[in-house]
Amino acid sequence: MNTLVDLEPVTPAPKDRVVGPPPEPDVLLEVRGLKTHFHVMDGTVPAVDGVDFQLKRGETLGLVGESGCGKSVTSLSIMRLIDIPPGEIVAGEIWFDGREILSMPMSEMRRIRGADMSMIFQEPMTSLNPVFPVGNQIAEAVKAHRNVSSKAATARAVEMLAAVGIASPTKMAKRYPHELSGGMRQRVMIAMALSCDPMLVIADEPTTALDVTIQAQILELIKSMQERTGAALLLITHDLAVVAETVQHMAVMYAGRIVESGTVDDVLLRPQHPYTLGLLNSIPALHKRGRQLDVIKGVVPNPFHMPPGCKFQPRCPYAWDRCKNEEPQLVAIAGREGLSRCFLQDPGAGARRVEFDRAAVGTVSGEAV
Amino acid sequence: MEQVDTTMATSSVAAPTSEAAQAAPLAAQPLLEVRNLKTHFPIFGGILRRRIGSVYAVDDVSMTVNRGEKFGLVGESGCGKTTFGRTVLRLERATAGSVYMDGQDVMALKDDALKHMRRRMQLIFQDPYGSLNPRMPVSDIIGEGLLAQADYENGWFGRANRDKTVGDYLEAVGLRRDYSRRYAHEFSGGQRQRIGIARALALGPEFVVCDEPVSALDVSIQSQILNLLSDLRAEFNLTYLFIAHNLSVVQYFCERIGVMYLGKLVEVAGTDALYDHPRHPYTVALLSAIPVPDPRVRKKRLVLKGDVPSPANPPSGCRFHTRCWLRERLGNPEQCATVDPPLMDLGGGQFSACHFADKVSAEAADEAAARQSRVDTAAVVP
Amino acid sequence: MTSRTDGITGAAVVSPAMENEDLEEADVEVALESLNQWQLATRRFLRHRMALVGLTLLAIIVLIAIIGPIVAPYNPIDIPGAKEQGGDPPSLAHIMGTDDAGRDVYTNIVNGAHISLAVGFFSTVIAGIIGVIVGAIAGAAGGLVDNLLMRVVDVTFAVPLLFLILVAAVFFGQGSVLALILVFGLLQWGLIARLVRAQFLSLRESDFVEAARAVGVSESRITFRHILPNALGPVIVVLTLLMASNIVLEAFVSFLNFGVSATDATWGNALSNAQPAMGNGNWWWAFFPGMCIAMTVISINFIGDGLRDALDPRSRL
Repeated sequence: MNTLVDLEPVTPAPKDRVVGPPPEPDVLLEVRGLKTHFHVMDGTVPAVDGVDFQLKRGETLGLVGESGCGKSVTSLSIMRLIDIPPGEIVAGEIWFDGREILSMPMSEMRRIRGADMSMIFQEPMTSLNPVFPVGNQIAEAVKAHRNVSSKAATARAVEMLAAVGIASPTKMAKRYPHELSGGMRQRVMIAMALSCDPMLVIADEPTTALDVTIQAQILELIKSMQERTGAALLLITHDLAVVAETVQHMAVMYAGRIVESGTVDDVLLRPQHPYTLGLLNSIPALHKRGRQLDVIKGVVPNPFHMPPGCKFQPRCPYAWDRCKNEEPQLVAIAGREGLSRCFLQDPGAGARRVEFDRAAVGTVSGEAV
Repeated sequence: MEQVDTTMATSSVAAPTSEAAQAAPLAAQPLLEVRNLKTHFPIFGGILRRRIGSVYAVDDVSMTVNRGEKFGLVGESGCGKTTFGRTVLRLERATAGSVYMDGQDVMALKDDALKHMRRRMQLIFQDPYGSLNPRMPVSDIIGEGLLAQADYENGWFGRANRDKTVGDYLEAVGLRRDYSRRYAHEFSGGQRQRIGIARALALGPEFVVCDEPVSALDVSIQSQILNLLSDLRAEFNLTYLFIAHNLSVVQYFCERIGVMYLGKLVEVAGTDALYDHPRHPYTVALLSAIPVPDPRVRKKRLVLKGDVPSPANPPSGCRFHTRCWLRERLGNPEQCATVDPPLMDLGGGQFSACHFADKVSAEAADEAAARQSRVDTAAVVP
Repeated sequence: MTSRTDGITGAAVVSPAMENEDLEEADVEVALESLNQWQLATRRFLRHRMALVGLTLLAIIVLIAIIGPIVAPYNPIDIPGAKEQGGDPPSLAHIMGTDDAGRDVYTNIVNGAHISLAVGFFSTVIAGIIGVIVGAIAGAAGGLVDNLLMRVVDVTFAVPLLFLILVAAVFFGQGSVLALILVFGLLQWGLIARLVRAQFLSLRESDFVEAARAVGVSESRITFRHILPNALGPVIVVLTLLMASNIVLEAFVSFLNFGVSATDATWGNALSNAQPAMGNGNWWWAFFPGMCIAMTVISINFIGDGLRDALDPRSRL
């Protein structure tokens, strides 16, 4: 099957790569050393600069970070939706279901996208085509990947609309996106993403644009659909609270890298990286009323002027000389599963480590442990 | 049932004057008094562009904000909180009702008197990118208000004077004086928001409406700005009306909270009281919906059915009755659909607009949540 | 530490030295020199390669139009006499050949450039000035005034161009350049007015305008200081492209012999006169004027592209 003109972005594989061995069979998605850079007028922005993580079949992982940390670019790289140019996947391997997808031809990738791997976007209004009824759009996704008749595809669309909790699905299937509310549109997006029984669902800030009561509905829906279908979930968000509720594992990103990862319980209750600690401390909560919030001083580094050594060092209250000159690698945290990109994990961290441990106590709930 | 005024002062004399306000006990001196405020936007349609309806953005809201207080106004999109804030500042035209700032009738002011009043009440905007004119230097962005309000007393006609004031306020918000020569695009979101705050404060207001001031900022910058707002309140003796949709932020920042739904104020209470014993089913649902970053908290979430009705077409009777879990639990009483409950004083500074406010309790909420099916069916939105 | 007096109580208020830690970091990011939007736009424009090509090309053309007649080798009305029927092909003596009367084509072009460029430029200026004023009034005033002005705009779109040129010919005399400029300008300002009005309507609702209102700035100052400068960006781009299309329009009109008289040289005229010559294989007569039109239009379009990118406030350095 050959298309003369490829209208979509073609994301070629990184040059001069040596691909490693495939991962274990129970690992659905593995990202190794992913680097996605953007070449803009003023230079090169290393949006993603060395990201590694694993997602096993049926499991859930949250990718958390503030704006500019590279989490969205990571998910787009996995789907190979990066615009080339100005983007470029400079290095890395992405293994999905036992195959290395960066070296696949786009025709193969198209077969995977939507069927085995699907995405829920942040803005449902712009992700749905305004000139087609919603049932149509879901059916289109089904027909693209399954060899079924139009009638069967429409039936499947209605089935999916019912599954995501939309009342009168047959009637609603004929409605246009602008006739639906934000929450309903997001349900349609979820229905579309799940229509072909994917193995992996990537949800990119699925509730950020929604009101809090609707957000609650949608998060419950995502959770229950994930449990029912057994698909793996990669949830991308800036909201630590959403992550606490929805997924079991999480990774915190900063300046294009993962700085801490582990189970949600571990990372949120016993953070090991100063950035994670700083984030948790700065979240306003009722029990902090009357006191000043602990802030992370400074701002995110300019992508064109990244500091040498640890990228968080200029803002880190626990940094010392080593952090200025040497960039820490992701190392295992003693005594539990999970990684942290910080020299505090080093046995030689001494007094600073003690200081950090003292500060890390009881951040989330405000209780002393 | 009569509507009870939510002011702390007991007198309900018509046309309160500043003398009367000063005579009231200093402890709770209302700075802002709003009575029966309505802001309706006309909808035009049809071939002849006639008025075919209205958006009832703010529909009969009465409340007070005391001097020095941080009053939070929360609600979801379409509830009217932003319109309310703007109407109080005379940036939107009120359809009915009155607003008193320190005893003075704001709605009656015209031209110069209104302009003068603007010195006392200001607005901090939500969007740090859209609220600064990209073609003006910071000195003009902040100094423009000074120039517009210049008279022979304050000496703001003089450029040197204005520049000095601009510099002072830049420092007050944590930026350098020489940033006044720069342009907005050179600053980050957090810094822009600081510039916006400096602009609001430059005229020396007493009352500041903060319209979602941190919603567009990253979490780590949010905390910086919240700390700044606290410091400024103490330094300049400000009173805040803090509008936000993020209840966690409001609970942290504010002493009293008002909850709005579809143009109406459904509950007012002190922050702790609101959290410990909410007395309106919507408040309960809102509190239940907030995710917390603590994975140990496995809430039984009370999920509201359906979507928020359109403010152009609000339900009859109690606006919330179409989605109310308490109503369902009580067997769908008729009253909720026919009579619009007024905001009632429940004592201890707590007010609720619910016919069955006394039946709102944590146990009732838990039971309702448990009964909810896993995937709730959403009501069809016309 | 600085001190100021509180506006209300008159008491001295000291502002604390705040923790300005974020400033050190921010300083690294902030540009060394502070540029305003226009300077930034210039910088962005200069990085646009095609725009620079267009600018250079246009500069050359304009230069030739200005100084060309002075250094042209032949007097335009000189008829040295053609050596062949239909004119001579390009040769060393006449780089672009001659027309059937023996006039040098190059000279023709150089003189024609005057008129073509003048018509293009001045008609755009007229359309621009009237359009901006009317659009601004309509956008700022709203209501009945807006309605009325937009109906007037509708009328200008309804009047057919060629018809008006004919009518103008009656008053100004056949082939008046002024008439052409006026007719083009007066029929095209509607486009600009609509654009300016649309910009006004959207900018009026923007936050920074509302902020200015909140501090008490007068409406007129808001219009001139806030809305107008921000509205002009897209207008400049459209005006540039309008100029290009007016040059083509002039050529078209002249080609049909509605426009400038056949004795004056313009590119359109030359094309018109060259029509019969094409059949005889005398390509040079039509080719060179045609090329000039094309090159001028293309270079203006490139410039327009560059301007569009440069003036877009959303794109950051």
